[in-house]
Amino acid sequence: MSAQTTETPKSGTILNRRKKKSAQGEGDLAETGGFVWTTTAWVLTLIFFAPVAWMFLTSFHSEADAATNPPTLLAGFTLDNYSALFDRGVGPFLINSATASIVSTLLVLALAIPAAYALSIKPVEKWTDVMFFFLSTKFLPSIAALLPIYLLVQKIGGLDNIWILVVLYTAMNLPIAIWMLQSFLAEVPKEIMEAAEVDGAGTLRVIWSVIVPIITPGIAATSLICFIFSWNEFLLAKSLTAVAASTSPVFLVGFITSEGLFLAKLCAAATLVSLPVLIAGFAAQDKLVRGLSLGAVK
Amino acid sequence: MTRTKNNWRIGVTAGAVATVLITTACSGAGGGGGAGSDGKGGSINVLMVANPQMTDIQDLTADTFTKETGIKVNFTVLPENELRDKVTQDVASKAGQYDLATVGAYETQLWQKNDWLHELSSYADADTEYDSADLLKPVAESLTGEDGKLYALPFYGESSFLMYRKDIFKEKNLKMPAKPTWNEVADLAAKLDGAEPGMKGICLRGLPGWGEMFAPLTTVVNTFGGTWFDKDWNAKVNSPEFTEAVNFYTKLIKEHGEAGAAQAGFTECLNALSQGKVAMWYDATSAAGSLEDEASSKVVGKIGYAYAPVNKTEYSGWLWSWNWAMPKTTKHADDAAKFALWATSKKYEQTVGEKLGWARVPNGKRASTYEIPEYKEASGDFGQLTLESIEHADPTNPGVQPRPTVGIQYVTIPEFADLGTKVSQSISGVLAGKGSVKDALDDGQKQAEEIAQEYK
Repeated sequence: MSAQTTETPKSGTILNRRKKKSAQGEGDLAETGGFVWTTTAWVLTLIFFAPVAWMFLTSFHSEADAATNPPTLLAGFTLDNYSALFDRGVGPFLINSATASIVSTLLVLALAIPAAYALSIKPVEKWTDVMFFFLSTKFLPSIAALLPIYLLVQKIGGLDNIWILVVLYTAMNLPIAIWMLQSFLAEVPKEIMEAAEVDGAGTLRVIWSVIVPIITPGIAATSLICFIFSWNEFLLAKSLTAVAASTSPVFLVGFITSEGLFLAKLCAAATLVSLPVLIAGFAAQDKLVRGLSLGAVK
Repeated sequence: MTRTKNNWRIGVTAGAVATVLITTACSGAGGGGGAGSDGKGGSINVLMVANPQMTDIQDLTADTFTKETGIKVNFTVLPENELRDKVTQDVASKAGQYDLATVGAYETQLWQKNDWLHELSSYADADTEYDSADLLKPVAESLTGEDGKLYALPFYGESSFLMYRKDIFKEKNLKMPAKPTWNEVADLAAKLDGAEPGMKGICLRGLPGWGEMFAPLTTVVNTFGGTWFDKDWNAKVNSPEFTEAVNFYTKLIKEHGEAGAAQAGFTECLNALSQGKVAMWYDATSAAGSLEDEASSKVVGKIGYAYAPVNKTEYSGWLWSWNWAMPKTTKHADDAAKFALWATSKKYEQTVGEKLGWARVPNGKRASTYEIPEYKEASGDFGQLTLESIEHADPTNPGVQPRPTVGIQYVTIPEFADLGTKVSQSISGVLAGKGSVKDALDDGQKQAEEIAQEYK
């Protein structure tokens, strides 16, 4: 008995120690794992960020310094390349890009939210087929559709018109937006909507006052993606615009030449053109992360 | 805390909007063209490449041409390949979005045969100050149609020559012959390898493309006795002479050429010589302007110039020009012609010389350019040699046998761009250690034979 009594606390102590040890071990492992993951994340971030940093630094160098191999990142700094951008008239290109991207994104949202509602909250008949149809519109590469689009736009006298790009960018982004918003809407608890309906809210009121606030992060993520796709689009902009409706990506490639140095000016143009998207992404960072995870968790 | 965060975000967003507005406002003040609207005295839309001479004209137009004529010029700048696509698309579909475009001698001939271009002789003849007779003969001929009319006005012309570091040659006690042979150049390259730490003997284009690698390489083929096609349209791509030339070219690059040759084009070689990474460079005469420009070169005054190296021919320099062509679909022919005449006039050369410096004058098109004292002084060693190289270039007889089309470093058929590019891709692969010259040229021969069927 005494042996038992003496043994129990002993074995208890051993167990406790073991537990403590294993907990400590797990903690150490978790700490080491955390450190490894953090380091990996930082290394990857730096690898991804390095070209951007290089672009930014090169944009402040003279053409001669930008052309050196290996690159001299801390050579003399100058603002000449940025001044050259303004001399070349970057403004109208930025305005065109902003018009095409912002208006098309707003149109996409106006069309995609009701469409996604009809495909998730109150699904129409054969809604999966409809979803597949939307997806199938992205199967054809843009280049394959370019010739008919060009001829059609020419026929209606729409060449070099920014509103043609607005329409095309809306059509281009609508399927993606519907797919994204449909998955966000599927996450909205039905009970909340039912409660709102019981309280007497109509469909529009439910959408506006209940659903939209819940999926705001999702809408932000969708908007940003549509905005980025439109802002960066080059093929249609190059083919369908000439002077009045050219967008920033077309302005950007204008610095590339087969005779002469252009790297520093191109980097300055690329920095300036990517700035609005970077700032928009940065400002919406919080909502974006929530939005992306909202759609991903099932 | 949340409010601070929100305020901060609102601030950032406002900053973004402000950035766009400020850049827009600034550029509005800068003018310069691009996406813009019509001016009072009419306006024209001009499509061009971003070569330094073109960006110069973009900077000068508002204060000179537009001020004098009231014609606003809206420039659209695109890389070479995009420009070709765009003009083809615009003219073929008769969209008429552009009134003028910069095109090479190759496209001028092809497009005038397609009846895409407006003739410009009548405008040039009507302008008493223009002096068409002053245009260099080989350049003017390369822009003339079978009806004897000019279908483009030359902006600047070029041949090819050998550029080398005079100071390194002196250090090494070497001498560059005035008219070197390719074997002499290979010997010199071997001696110059490592003349300075990391320095290679020579830079030659290895970047794929009919207008990249095959510009210098076709001149080597010509002077080694080869040709793409004989006058009866028999393909000669894997002939012994063609093969010998390509073997020589690739061997020279592999043994004494620049690092990363498979990706080296004009710009990369310009950098290599400007930065002291190579001792010699065979390329366009127009490179001299950049090499002697203190803003972009670290070897100003150190470069010597010699004729394009030869083997079996007396001269082997190429001939190329960038020109202003007017698509037939233009809606402002008179205004566009006025601009083209001004851009290629003696007066414009004077303007560039006075406002931007004489070394930046778009040369190689007028004999009178080489008589301007200020230009003579600024162009030093390369000016006269450029003129002589252009004058000795013979597009009708560039090699040792008669040719089916006119052109030195290209064959003037639409299919050549694709053929030249495909063969150059294989040869570039050889430089990168993949495949052999024989396989590359055997494949090229098959493609050339298929093309030749169309013309026999």
